[in-house]
Amino acid sequence: MLSMEFIVASTIAVLAAAGIYLVLRARTFPVVLGLALITYAVNVFLFAMGRLAVNLPPVIRPDAPGYADPLPQALVLTAIVISFGMTAVIVVMALRAWLESGNDHVDLEQPGSESKQ
Amino acid sequence: MNHWIILPLLLPALVAPLIALAVRYDIVLARVFSVASAVLMLLLGLILMGMVVDGSVVTYALGNWPAPFGIVLVLDRLAALMLVLTAVLGLVVLLYAINGWDKRGRHFHPLFQFQLMGINGAFLTGDLFNLFVFFEILLIASYGLMVHGGGALRVRAGVQYVVMNLVGSSLFLIAVGLIYSVTGTLNMADLALRVAEVSPGDRALLHTGALLLLLVFAVKAALVPVQFWLPGTYANAPAPVAALFAIMTKVGAYSIIRMYTLVFGDSAGEAGSLAGEWLVPAALVTLVVGMLGVFAARSLGQMVSFAMVGSMGTLLVAVGMFSPQAMSAALFYLLHSTLAAGALFLIVDLITQRRGRHADTLSLAPRFVHGGLIAGAFFVGAIAMTGMPPLSGFLGKLLILDAIRDGAVAVWVWGLVLSTSLLAIIGFARGGSILFWKSTSLEGVLPAGRRSGDALPFVSVGMLLGMLVLLTVFAGPVTAYLEQTSAQLFAPSGYIDAVLGSGRVR
Repeated sequence: MLSMEFIVASTIAVLAAAGIYLVLRARTFPVVLGLALITYAVNVFLFAMGRLAVNLPPVIRPDAPGYADPLPQALVLTAIVISFGMTAVIVVMALRAWLESGNDHVDLEQPGSESKQ
Repeated sequence: MNHWIILPLLLPALVAPLIALAVRYDIVLARVFSVASAVLMLLLGLILMGMVVDGSVVTYALGNWPAPFGIVLVLDRLAALMLVLTAVLGLVVLLYAINGWDKRGRHFHPLFQFQLMGINGAFLTGDLFNLFVFFEILLIASYGLMVHGGGALRVRAGVQYVVMNLVGSSLFLIAVGLIYSVTGTLNMADLALRVAEVSPGDRALLHTGALLLLLVFAVKAALVPVQFWLPGTYANAPAPVAALFAIMTKVGAYSIIRMYTLVFGDSAGEAGSLAGEWLVPAALVTLVVGMLGVFAARSLGQMVSFAMVGSMGTLLVAVGMFSPQAMSAALFYLLHSTLAAGALFLIVDLITQRRGRHADTLSLAPRFVHGGLIAGAFFVGAIAMTGMPPLSGFLGKLLILDAIRDGAVAVWVWGLVLSTSLLAIIGFARGGSILFWKSTSLEGVLPAGRRSGDALPFVSVGMLLGMLVLLTVFAGPVTAYLEQTSAQLFAPSGYIDAVLGSGRVR
C-alpha cells in the first residue's frame, strides 16, 4: 500500500515539475498556468512541513497522543490568499499586454530596435 | 511599549486608502496628502533614528503577543538607517512625480504609499514569514507602479517582472517551510538561537533552506544569475518609479545582511559561512556583467539600469566578506548608490521628455532645451555613479577596497572593481558625449516639450545630487554611525536579548 508521505511528496513533485515546464514556455497563458501550479505545489509543501498527522487535534491536549501543528496551516492560508491575488494580477497584466501589443509572447524586443508591428 | 515603531507602517496604510477612496478624483488633494505623508515619514524616520543612535534595540510586539509566538517589529541602527533612506528617496521621487507623471495613469499616490509601507515593513519586521508578507505588499504595489501610464512595451516588461517575482515568492515560501520544519520557529531572534541546535540529520534541510533564501534575496538584489529582470524592468518603468525602485534592490541587500548576520551568523556553526562562499563570486560576476552592460547599452535608461546592477555587485562583494569593516563600507556604498541611481533615473527622464521621438536612445539628435543644465546634472550623477573623485562613489569604493586587503579574494576584488570602474567611466563618457556634446555640431534645437519649463523636476534632481555632496562632505560622521551599525550587526546578542528578553531560557 502506498504511504501518505509518498503520495503527498509525489503530488508536490508532479505539480512543481509541470509548473516549471509551463513557466518556461514562451507565451503568457502557459506561463500563468505554470505559476498557478507552482503555487499549488508550494502550498502543499508548506502544509507538509508541519509534519503529516492524522486525526490529531491542532492544540496540545493531555488526552491526545500528539497534535497537528497549526502554524503551517495558518501560513498556507496566507500563502493561498496572496497567490490567488497574484494570479489575478498576472492574468490582467497578460491580457493587457496581449491587447496592447497584439501578441502574447513573454519576451521583449530590444529597446532601440524597431517594433515588430 | 514604544508605539513609535508601528507609525512608519500605519501612516501609509491609512493615507493610501484615504487617497484611493476619498480624494480619487482630486489630483491636487491627493498630491497634498501624499507629500504630507512622505514628509511625516521622513520626520518619523529621523525620530526613530534618534531613539536607537545610542545602540539600543527597540521592539514592538504586535497585538502584545510575547516574542517567539507573536510577530515583532524590531528597530536597530540598520533598520533606522534604511527607514530614513527610504523616506528621503520617497519624498524626492514624489516631488518629481507630482509634476505630471502621477496623472498619466490612475492611483499613482495610493500605490506609492503602499510601496513605502511594504519597504518600511520589510526593514522593521523581526519575523521571517512577516518579511514574506511585506515583500508581497511592496511587490503588489510595485506591479501597479511599474505599468503606471501603460504602453505596450512597459506592460510586457511588467509581465516579465511579475512572473520573475512570483517564482521568487514561491521559492521564498519553500525556504520558509524548510527552515520552519527543522527549527519550529519563524521569529528571527528565536531562529538565531535554534539554528545552532538543529540535529545533524536535519542540517541538510536547514542549509537548503538558507541557500534558497539567499537565492530569493538575490532575485530582489539582482545578483547574477538572477539579474535578467532588472534592466528590462527599470529601463521601461516610469522614471519616478525606476528611481524609487533604486531602494527595492537594497531591500534584497538588507535582507541578506539581516539574515546572514543574525540567523546564519557566526553562532550558526556550519551554516554560518554558507552565504559568503556563494555571495562573493556571484557578486563579482554581477559587477562585471553590470559594467559590461553599461558599456554596451543602447539607451541611457538601459545604461543606468546596468550601472545599478554593477553597483549591486560592488555592494554585495563587500557584504559577502561578512567582516565589520567591509560591512560598514558596504552600508556607505548602499546609501551612495541608492541616491546616485535615483538621481540618474530622474535625469534620464528629463532628457527623454525633451528629445521627442529620439527619447533616451544613444543616437545623434539636435540640441534640446535646458541642455546645458541637464548635461551638468548628468555629469555630476555619472561621476558619482562610476565612483570617480570627488563624490561619495569614490569614497564608497575606496572604503570597500580598503576593507578587503587579505587573501586571494582581495586580488580579484581589487582587480575587478578597478577595471569595471574604467568600463563604467568609458560607458558614461560615451553616453554623455553622444547626447550632449556631439549634438552641438547639428543645426537647430528640438522643440520644447509641453511641461519642460517646470522647475520642480530640477529641484528634485538637485536635491538628490546635493545629498550626494552632503554624503561626501559629512562622510566622517556618517561612517562613524555605520561602523557602530556594523558592530551592532556582528554582535547579534543585543538584538536577540531585546526581542526575547534577557532572561530567556537557552
